[in-house]
Amino acid sequence: MFAVIAELSRWAIPVILLIVPVVAMLRGVKVYETFVEGAEAGFATAIKTIPYLVAMLVAISIFRASGAMEVLVVVLSPVLNYIGLPAEVLPHAVMRPLSGGAALGIASDVVKTYGPDSFLGRLVSTMQGSCDTTFYILTLYFGSVGIRKYRYSVLLGLVADFTTLIASVIIVRMVFQ
Amino acid sequence: MVNIVWLVMVVFSILVAAANGNIEIITKAALEGANDAVKISLSLIAIITFWLGIMKLAEAAGLVRALAWLVRPLMRFLFPSVPRDHPAMGAIVMNLSANILGLGNAATPMGLIAMRELQTLNRNSDTASEAMCTFLGLNTSCITLIPTTIIGIRLLYGSADPTEIVGPTIMATATSMFVAIMVDRLLRLIYSGRR
Repeated sequence: MFAVIAELSRWAIPVILLIVPVVAMLRGVKVYETFVEGAEAGFATAIKTIPYLVAMLVAISIFRASGAMEVLVVVLSPVLNYIGLPAEVLPHAVMRPLSGGAALGIASDVVKTYGPDSFLGRLVSTMQGSCDTTFYILTLYFGSVGIRKYRYSVLLGLVADFTTLIASVIIVRMVFQ
Repeated sequence: MVNIVWLVMVVFSILVAAANGNIEIITKAALEGANDAVKISLSLIAIITFWLGIMKLAEAAGLVRALAWLVRPLMRFLFPSVPRDHPAMGAIVMNLSANILGLGNAATPMGLIAMRELQTLNRNSDTASEAMCTFLGLNTSCITLIPTTIIGIRLLYGSADPTEIVGPTIMATATSMFVAIMVDRLLRLIYSGRR
């Protein structure tokens, strides 16, 4: 099963790159000209995200460096303990929606310290694999089209992250114990 | 909400740094964060330009429309405000598929293309539309089949079975995707009343 999925991932993009231009040509599309026409907007789209990402990443960066994250972990620990999350993976749970790189650092540290096949190693691996960097995605996606008012999407993203967290704890306990 | 989250992060960080007697770290970290942000945006230029070109071709060839047509029943349910066969549907499907397959490099540009398409349908250009909120909810909770990076790390530290977490990851992400869809419906109802 895993091998099939892995193979699918390996082939997906080359196959798209083959099919799209060939079908376009058969349909009488001028392939080169159309590609360039579409690609034109790439630079502007990427540049447009700069102010949004700067605002968000500056806040996340000082949040990590100042020690405020450790304070948040302490504040949240009663809630997270209540759902059965071990203290060793708390920093990861708090960091995951904010910064993909930092969360990965914490996860590899837990895997290294407790071993990949320990309960904590498996749990943090599942948490790393299943959660997303919600704040980064929101900032980047909304930023690229100039949206400043996010309405309920932040709340929705955090609810999804929290659900993934609880589900990871319960499922890893069920599967491996 | 994002205003409050942002303000609290900034103010709280500065207070904690001051209490720790470590106030100079703030300036350094702020500049580092800004620097990282610009680097990320610049690194996106290449892959967004490339995928925008490919997607334009796919659109001209009618493939995006065909893809949108294939998954129409599901997408009609999830995105009632988007017209049938709209290119946004195709881009959303492409983004979610790339997410599911763990193709991070393709997922981001597809997502940004989907946002551009959704923005053409948005009546209020500085405010997130309902379809955008649904899309981002799906995107961040999306089912993941192979978490490549963490499997690599497990392998590095000598796991007997690095891929054993694939099953739990699929189950955890399927649960959160389901919950995200439900919560999105609920929030949509609550917020549509407020407008």
